Amino acid sequence: MILSPINLAIFSIVLLFVPVLLCALIRQNPLVLRVMAFSLAAFASFLSFIAGLWTLSSGVTNQLILPIGLPALPFHLRLDPLAGFFLMVVGLLAFFVSIYSIGYVQGLGTKRPISRLIVFYNLFIVGMLCVILADDALSFLIAWEFMAGASYFLVLFEDEHVENRRAAFLYLVIAHIGAMAILLAFGVMAGVATGFGNFDGYTFDSMRQATFSPQWATVAFVLAFFGFAAKAGVIPLHVWLPEAHPVAPSNVSALMSGVMLKTAIYGIVRVTFDLLGSFPWWWGALVLVLGLISAVMGVLYALMQHDLKKLLAYHSVENIGIILIGIGLAMIFTSFKFTTMAALALIAGLYHTLNHAMFKGLLFMGAGAVVHATHERNMDEMGGLIHHMPWTAVFFLVGCISISALPPFNGFVSEWLTFQAFLLSPSLPAPLMKLIIPLGAALLALTGALAAACFVKVFGVTFLGHWRGHNRPHIYETCWPMRIGMMLAAMSCLLLGIVPTFLVNLLDGIAETMVGSKLNVAASGTYNWMWLTPMQPERASYSGFIVLIGIIITISIAYLLFHLKSGKIQRGDIWDCGFEKLNHNMQYNAISFSMPIRRIFGFYFNIRERVRLMPQLTSPAFPLKLYYNLRVRDRFWGWIYKPIIEAAFGISRQMGKLQQGQIHLYLIYSFVTIIVLLAVVL
Amino acid sequence: MKELNPIFITVLQVVIVLAIAPVFIGWLNMLKCWSQGRSSAGLLQPYRDIAKLFVKDIVLAKNASWIFRFTPYLVFSVPVVASVIIPIISTNLLLSPTADIIVLIALFATARFFTALAGMDIGTAFGGMGASREMMIASLTEPAILMAIFTVSLAGKSTSLAHIAQVFASSVPIMRPSLVFAAIAFAVVILVEGGRIPVDNPSTHLELTMVHEAMILEYSGRHLALIEWGSMMRVFLFVTLGVACFVPWGIAKTGNITEIALSFFFMIIKVGIIGAGIVFVETGIAKMRLFRLTEFLGGAFLMATLGMLSFFILE
Repeated sequence: MILSPINLAIFSIVLLFVPVLLCALIRQNPLVLRVMAFSLAAFASFLSFIAGLWTLSSGVTNQLILPIGLPALPFHLRLDPLAGFFLMVVGLLAFFVSIYSIGYVQGLGTKRPISRLIVFYNLFIVGMLCVILADDALSFLIAWEFMAGASYFLVLFEDEHVENRRAAFLYLVIAHIGAMAILLAFGVMAGVATGFGNFDGYTFDSMRQATFSPQWATVAFVLAFFGFAAKAGVIPLHVWLPEAHPVAPSNVSALMSGVMLKTAIYGIVRVTFDLLGSFPWWWGALVLVLGLISAVMGVLYALMQHDLKKLLAYHSVENIGIILIGIGLAMIFTSFKFTTMAALALIAGLYHTLNHAMFKGLLFMGAGAVVHATHERNMDEMGGLIHHMPWTAVFFLVGCISISALPPFNGFVSEWLTFQAFLLSPSLPAPLMKLIIPLGAALLALTGALAAACFVKVFGVTFLGHWRGHNRPHIYETCWPMRIGMMLAAMSCLLLGIVPTFLVNLLDGIAETMVGSKLNVAASGTYNWMWLTPMQPERASYSGFIVLIGIIITISIAYLLFHLKSGKIQRGDIWDCGFEKLNHNMQYNAISFSMPIRRIFGFYFNIRERVRLMPQLTSPAFPLKLYYNLRVRDRFWGWIYKPIIEAAFGISRQMGKLQQGQIHLYLIYSFVTIIVLLAVVL
Repeated sequence: MKELNPIFITVLQVVIVLAIAPVFIGWLNMLKCWSQGRSSAGLLQPYRDIAKLFVKDIVLAKNASWIFRFTPYLVFSVPVVASVIIPIISTNLLLSPTADIIVLIALFATARFFTALAGMDIGTAFGGMGASREMMIASLTEPAILMAIFTVSLAGKSTSLAHIAQVFASSVPIMRPSLVFAAIAFAVVILVEGGRIPVDNPSTHLELTMVHEAMILEYSGRHLALIEWGSMMRVFLFVTLGVACFVPWGIAKTGNITEIALSFFFMIIKVGIIGAGIVFVETGIAKMRLFRLTEFLGGAFLMATLGMLSFFILE
């Protein structure tokens, strides 16, 4: 067997089945099982990362036909730069998370066997890798369902709680509605490819070569986009995300939020740019508008949360929105044949895909460490963790800065590239778009600033200040495997932020195959790796590396000058303007922190706020207690989902009336059916 | 005619920002005193304040973490880094391609992020209140800043500050309606980012109106000195940012020594006039209620958007 990227990827997939077998072999010793299984998973993920990187850097496309599956319908596999990039994303985060899991899974307790987690964890990664490698509709959908099924069981891991079962069910329902739409989309494309004559159209190759009439292309696109949007959590199809991500074990949430949502992004890029090829501008506008709505609404909903993992789940909605903004812009530019601008927008979107995988994986791993230490998901019951968990605090802070799009970390690079793409939109020939699209940039700026506000809240309430809860458990720092997993993710956040040119150069290969143009950021000059210049150098440039070095140098000089000269620091009590009766309940918490924003953007939510005072009988002016109750709900649930659910129940109740349990009624039904059928036939 | 090295100009700019920012604040305070019929403490009073704070010892709350101790240094370092990039006396800077205007705004946002965290670190009600309000105001300002930048970058065909300043400075000084609207929006941004009235009052310790002061309430000694100096530079740099984007005429384009001296002179005059404008606004209107700011900042956003629209329609 020759060593090639695709063979390496397949080898890693095969290797991922080994831990599954291990579960059957060494059930008696959970320690050995845990360490071996997750080390193997980490190794296999690393191999798939290498395979992806290899494909991306060499730019070659590998193909393979596996004689499995239905007769005459073999599995086609293909590894092109686009697939290579997503393989890289999945492999890299799965590598970090697997290392983290070696320590994390220990903390899940001995109540239930961990073999179930190990089996579905590995199958889940296998599913994601297969989705990316698939090159025909059949294997794609099988892998897609594999991924959805495995993640369903992972969400259901702690199945003794009602809310977990409910969340998993909701996830399964929406995943399948989405999968149905994708199936139909592929059906349309395969049918058109062969003129509805035979089954040969199911390969992606024949779809690529087919020419689609505008109507059929639109039908296929709308169906596929709907299906993938359901998986990605685009508003209004996002409701499963904040339910399913919090209840899954945190290593699984990291993978689901960090990379599973990305397979949907992969699907969108694959279907639009690669399989359908040419499209009208309004497809891009649709993606752009939904991306903007998801970004703004996602971050606003996140701000309202005080459950740490739910908040992070809503941030996934936001970041998927940001990725879709890049892809939507790329689609608009492509449809007007501005290929260089399309390359910039596409690279911005894909860059954010990797960035989001890194920082969201990191944040969910950090949240897992916090939840594990405090046994609490409600941020308002935490506080001051930075003193007990110094390592976790640093890594979590890196994640917070990255997701808030602040330089010099990675989240900023992709948002900056997206802004540059926005700034180029006025050269579009359509006057309406010239005027409307820049407003999108303002919404993106709003999103970034709100995200920063949200993560000041998250870090400030969770890690800073004093403990806010009632009874305080003994909190320890996490174990080494967890720390290493988080550290690697944090380091990649920093590296992607300060030396972005390496990845942008790699992404150029994808841009060339998808939109037919390159950026050539590192065209000439020495030290060109330091400067990110997406278009002409005089238009805009950014060097995260120099910014970081500059900050480090000035901080060191200031420290040397001012601290070492007189380094005396006296520790005392809190001053607080001389107010003496300060206690820990007076600290700001998650609910009070977001109060100004809740008041300004309150009309987006369904808010019910109740305040009740318990007066003292002797002197009513001094109340004994105050009860404050706040409920913030997603409006989309009431607008879209509730009516659908009620209608479904209503219809089934009406149908239920047919079933009276009396045999003669059923006989009459059969008789009437036969008469009707005969009448139709005759 | 001697040509100055770009490295020298860059160093010169850092020195100018470090030295002139306190004088600029002194100028604002002096004008404010005069306009209110008080006698002022002089232009150099901020220097004396900083010097006094530097010799004082630090009293740190017992539960302060490293974030609290790191923040002053970051708040001080960000404006220093920014002064390497913003064309203040010359557009011929060594490191101006390091960051464009979007990066600069984001760098200041990083400093704000840490200031807000430091406010929450001690666990007082004031600190949290300041952090919460500051982040809310910042998120409403951001769209206005971006639309103003958008308009400027449309006219200058770049987001690189040195390039924008160079293009505008070599054009005929005419009033372009788009830039006028953008400049109005940016003026509001300067007031917000500088923490001036009507958004925030730098000289108050009244709990209902504090924003920036509430976050740094627990600081003392050299930490406070660094933060104060940092925020002075921040105000000054936002003003020079406005100058570079909207009225760059007179700025040196080469390293020519007389040109630079002239450019420095012009810069002092422009910054002085803008300072007078800030004081005019500060004495003219009262501080706004926190939730009235939505309309104020929404107005700035509207102005910037109008600027962009008028660029497409008129130019």
